[in-house]
Amino acid sequence: MDFFIDYILIPLIKIAIIMAVVPGYVAVITLAERKVIAWMQVRLGPMRVGPWGVLQMVADPLKLLLKEDIIPARADRWVFIMAPVICLIPALVVLAVIPVGPSFEIFGRTVTMYVTDVNIGVLYVLSISSVGVLGIILGGWASNSKYPLLGALRSAAQMVSYEVALGFSIIGVLMLSGTLSLVSIVEAQKNAGAWYVFLQPIGFILFFICGVAETNRAPFDLPEAETELVAGFHTEYSGFRFSLFFLAENANMLTVAAMAVTLFWGGWLRPFPNVAALGFLDFVPGVVWFISKVVVFLYLYLWFRASWPRYRYDQLMKLGWQFLLPISIANVIVTAILIVVFDKG
Amino acid sequence: MSTTRDDTLFDTSEITVSMGPQHPSTHGVLQVKLKLDGERVLDAECVIGYLHRGVEKLGEAQTYGQFAPTLDRMDYIAAVSNCLGYCETIEKLLGIQAPPRAQYIRVIMTELNRISSHLLWLGTHALDIGAMTVFLYAFREREEILKIFENYCGARLTTHMFRIGGTQYEIYEGFQDQARKFVQEFPKHVDEYETLLTENRIWIGRTRGVGVISAKDAIDLGVTGPTLRGSGVEWDLRKAKPYAAYSDFQFDIPTGETGDTYDRYMVRIEEMRQSARIVAQGIEKIPDGPIMAKLSKIIKPPVGDIYHSIEAPKGELGYYIVSDGSTQAYRARVRPPSFVNLQALKKMVAGHMVADVVAIIGTLDIVLGEIDR
Repeated sequence: MDFFIDYILIPLIKIAIIMAVVPGYVAVITLAERKVIAWMQVRLGPMRVGPWGVLQMVADPLKLLLKEDIIPARADRWVFIMAPVICLIPALVVLAVIPVGPSFEIFGRTVTMYVTDVNIGVLYVLSISSVGVLGIILGGWASNSKYPLLGALRSAAQMVSYEVALGFSIIGVLMLSGTLSLVSIVEAQKNAGAWYVFLQPIGFILFFICGVAETNRAPFDLPEAETELVAGFHTEYSGFRFSLFFLAENANMLTVAAMAVTLFWGGWLRPFPNVAALGFLDFVPGVVWFISKVVVFLYLYLWFRASWPRYRYDQLMKLGWQFLLPISIANVIVTAILIVVFDKG
Repeated sequence: MSTTRDDTLFDTSEITVSMGPQHPSTHGVLQVKLKLDGERVLDAECVIGYLHRGVEKLGEAQTYGQFAPTLDRMDYIAAVSNCLGYCETIEKLLGIQAPPRAQYIRVIMTELNRISSHLLWLGTHALDIGAMTVFLYAFREREEILKIFENYCGARLTTHMFRIGGTQYEIYEGFQDQARKFVQEFPKHVDEYETLLTENRIWIGRTRGVGVISAKDAIDLGVTGPTLRGSGVEWDLRKAKPYAAYSDFQFDIPTGETGDTYDRYMVRIEEMRQSARIVAQGIEKIPDGPIMAKLSKIIKPPVGDIYHSIEAPKGELGYYIVSDGSTQAYRARVRPPSFVNLQALKKMVAGHMVADVVAIIGTLDIVLGEIDR
């Protein structure tokens, strides 16, 4: 019975929660994106559906679901159907290892705030999330049309090049914490008495830039640059299949934000976890800290989108390979030297 | 090439992409046939005519007065300039002049229209490059100008603001205040656009060295307007061959150096400031007097022909009218700036990437209504 509860029932409930939260989050972020950008652009944003446009989050997905689902005659049918699914599944699966809060006791049982704590958590996230690009390439390829293909190729090149710098930017954190498990990394930040962003500021900036590029968001949204490639890799997609791509993109945003919070901003920890004078902040549950930090990063995404023009393809490559990658490698070397110096001193 | 299964895109190094006529950033119904090697543009061919309405032919079937509103539909972004150019051409043909008061109203309205045209250019150009907030900021100010137009003549876009021999309407009460308020606040808004773009690394990266055209090439192709001035040629018909009341006004002609997209951006930004300066001068010294010259009801110019051109927001807008002494033109020919400037596209895009094509179409500031007529 214990086995059943611990290894099947509780994980299933957690998985169900993630599966329910992600679409809900996407609905909210869609409205938030429209609203926040509207405010930045002296507009009101959606105001018609429901009070203050709130029901827009229901109306948008509903519209997508009711739309005709077109599969182009020349498309590679099965690949075309599979591509959005291949794109979405990794985006959901990576969320399994992200610790949302500290574990707590309920009915005499210790319940953890993550589905599973893999001891190679960081590697797991990096490797699974890069499977998502396959869905984009297949989607662009299977559409058998020019704009989607160009968009998909851009996306593939972009994701592959930025993943390298992304990986290097995390290494500094791994050297400090000495573990790949995301839970242990958060605990290591508690023991170190400081969020890693203060020890690894350059690593964090690199991580977030690469993360934005990984998720194909502005100013790196070339794969779907509407002014050049119409809608990029999902030009031929409509209705439900399009919404899966949309879901995947937003889930990836969530992953990057959650990873940034976990690796650099102390996960569920309160600000200044080592300052006892701020102990009163502990009454706020860790989950709330975690979510509010994630929201800040999601807001950053929207802010970027409203403020900046788009990079050009070659400039994006140049930035990735000639600028971010060398700096991230230098960051690793400097961190290594500093660790040795300070551990001895 | 086709994209059947046997012959996929990877089999050839060259692909042809037809950009437009239903592409979001070809500014209307322009079709550009791009020959691509990967993302690099080998050749570009413009296909125009999707918006052809036979405006010039209509000029032969309508009386001189009736033709003016039709011309508003050419460059519908700068309808006031179209109207000014036409009215002045016919006035020249008739050998009359609009009264000074009308001349001043014309200058003020035309300059306001230049600002609104440049604002639309700025917004769409920035949007093409991905900066979407500028677009809405620009439209906020453009709205103020359109409100002034609406108060003055009832129309916002295709205004038909002037008549042959002067203007139809007296300025409304409170016009000066409204215009003064606008030109006082406008430079601050231009600063606002500049904070978003001028020193932005991405913006500089996307526009510096993109679509370079030398002064010689620009002159050879007949390019005019901000596109020519961006290449460093100080040629502005308002100064070179003053018309209307422009000789009474103080303003500078901004020029670029390298002739790239960034220079043209800076030229247009500065032109907006200069236009605001002209409007500010104009509203303070509108002379009193009639707004319409003495003119018979039926306009019958003497037999002859005339060419007259003005500096429209996009470049030199010229009219060539042949009169056979009747109430209708024997031939009405328009020299639209967009049409001539578009010829530079091929030279500008060669060797650039697909994303640059969008930036270059944007920087040329074309209006298809004017190209196709």
